[in-house]
Amino acid sequence: MTEDAISAERPLPAPRRPFREAVKSIGLLRESWVASLGAGIVVFWVIVAVLAPVLAPYPPNQQIGPLKNAPPMTLAEEGRPYFTDQGMERTSGDELYILGGDNLGRDVLSRVIWGARSVLIYAPIATACAYVIGIAMGLLAGYRRGWIDDVLSRVSDIILSFPVLVLYVVIITVFGPSAINIVLAVTFASAPGIMRIVRGLVLDLRNRDYVAAAQTRGENPWYIMLVEILPNARGPLIVDACLRLGYTTITIGVLGFLGLGLPPPDPNWGNLVAENREVAQIAPYSTLFPCIAISTLVLGLNLLADGLREISMKD
Amino acid sequence: MLIFLLKRLGFMLLTMLVVSILLFLVLEINVENLATRVLGQFSTEEQRQIWLEENGYLRPIYIRYLEWIGDMLQGDFGHSTRFNVPVSEILFDRLGNTGLLALCVFGVMVPLALTLGILAGMREGSSMDRSITFFSVLTTSVPEFASAVFFSAIFVFALGWLPGTSGMAQGFNWTEMVLPVVVLVLYGFGYIARMMRASMAEVMQSPYIRTAILKGLPYRRVITKHALRNALIAPFTVIILQINWLLSGVIAVEYFFSYKGFGALLLEASLNTDIDVIQGCAIVAVFVAVGTQTLADIGYTYLNPRIRFS
Repeated sequence: MTEDAISAERPLPAPRRPFREAVKSIGLLRESWVASLGAGIVVFWVIVAVLAPVLAPYPPNQQIGPLKNAPPMTLAEEGRPYFTDQGMERTSGDELYILGGDNLGRDVLSRVIWGARSVLIYAPIATACAYVIGIAMGLLAGYRRGWIDDVLSRVSDIILSFPVLVLYVVIITVFGPSAINIVLAVTFASAPGIMRIVRGLVLDLRNRDYVAAAQTRGENPWYIMLVEILPNARGPLIVDACLRLGYTTITIGVLGFLGLGLPPPDPNWGNLVAENREVAQIAPYSTLFPCIAISTLVLGLNLLADGLREISMKD
Repeated sequence: MLIFLLKRLGFMLLTMLVVSILLFLVLEINVENLATRVLGQFSTEEQRQIWLEENGYLRPIYIRYLEWIGDMLQGDFGHSTRFNVPVSEILFDRLGNTGLLALCVFGVMVPLALTLGILAGMREGSSMDRSITFFSVLTTSVPEFASAVFFSAIFVFALGWLPGTSGMAQGFNWTEMVLPVVVLVLYGFGYIARMMRASMAEVMQSPYIRTAILKGLPYRRVITKHALRNALIAPFTVIILQINWLLSGVIAVEYFFSYKGFGALLLEASLNTDIDVIQGCAIVAVFVAVGTQTLADIGYTYLNPRIRFS
């Protein structure tokens, strides 16, 4: 705070410009090529997901029978019949599957593009839910201490002792595979890990002067936790969120691959691999491309996390 | 030390008790749902009631739990509806297979990860450090099923060097172990390598290493005799905790290569709602996971003199 602000009759905090601050912090990414590369890959997939209806050459579930298991860059033969929602049609000869067709004659490229959508919707939702709960638990445990801390820590120790995928398999067996159950399962399994990180950070921050000042002002405990402590713990949490988003993407992919994920027929990278695994020997492309897609997205998130950590170490 | 040991063991038992109760509740509290899942959606209400009555599901839940845990402690894990054999017969067979897979994975992964971690952490920020770090981020980013797809495309379909499945139909065969092990090692080694790197980098900055270098010891000797002793303590815990990760990791890999292991069994049971098998698998998994965590804790305390003597 400047001298002027203090001497003014009513001290005004320096005007905050959240937008400009956000732009500035994005500019920080240039400090590390690893972070920029990661951010570039992630932004690429986000754009693909947002523009899926424009980018995908065909509807994701459109089957053109003659192009079943076709290799990339295949044109359909002219005059072969196939079925759409409107009824039977005949190929005009210019249907082109850039990345080939899958085992039901659907366009692999379109399905990979639409698959980006489902991953980029459910993985962030699941991670965000886990964060809301994990942060609340961590703040409570670290700030209140006492029996709340003991109970929350024990509970999270127990949940964390489960091998993660075994936990998912049990949860999804009981409650059935659906988008909501996947989000809930991920929340349940990752919130304790987030709680541990937040708790550790809060234990460090709770003795700072500004927290004491807020307590003396008589602020509400939740105000202190959310407004005074949490923003100062954001650095490690942002890095962790990128990593966790990557894990969640993998989890959703693996569950789809195992047949416990989002129900078909809508495309999801894990499901795409599972659907076409049997024909991998004669038509490897329909499994290869979804795998490349999920690997690059996770790689982008991991690189971003690594780069962000590097940048925060520099300060 | 003894008190610490007893405390850890006590906590281990408590955790397993709580987990077994939770597992039982989650899987069996809604018996109606359970009956529908086992008998199928088109079973009638009457059929479900008869099934529940016959299998003793209508008794109070705490009696069922006590009976269940009692049976389990005596080694009776129930009966598999899918394979029509006692669960214990199939479960321990499968667990042995997974143990063999895990042994191979650890035999390759731990030396590889430690070596790479030491090389990277020895000179922090060097080009060797950067390339190893990038490589480990890259391999950790590829999910197991994706690297399994890549490797089978190359080595099974394109080159024809390795078999694509690891069912061990004609008895044990080393070539069938290669792909599952490679896939698991690639996905898992990055984490250990990172921990080793961090621990090594920290030790390299400590004054006693500087002293050793300044007094003119050969660099190799500084690393092997002075730095490693302290740097290996922290990764020890991480390595043991990887057993927990492996129990998850094997599900996708065993399923992909149809290796007859514990993960494939759990998945098959889950897809066919074979409740007794799921319970058995989950309990064993948690038992192994909690046991290794306790082992890691005790081992870490024992290895680290700063904790051991305090």
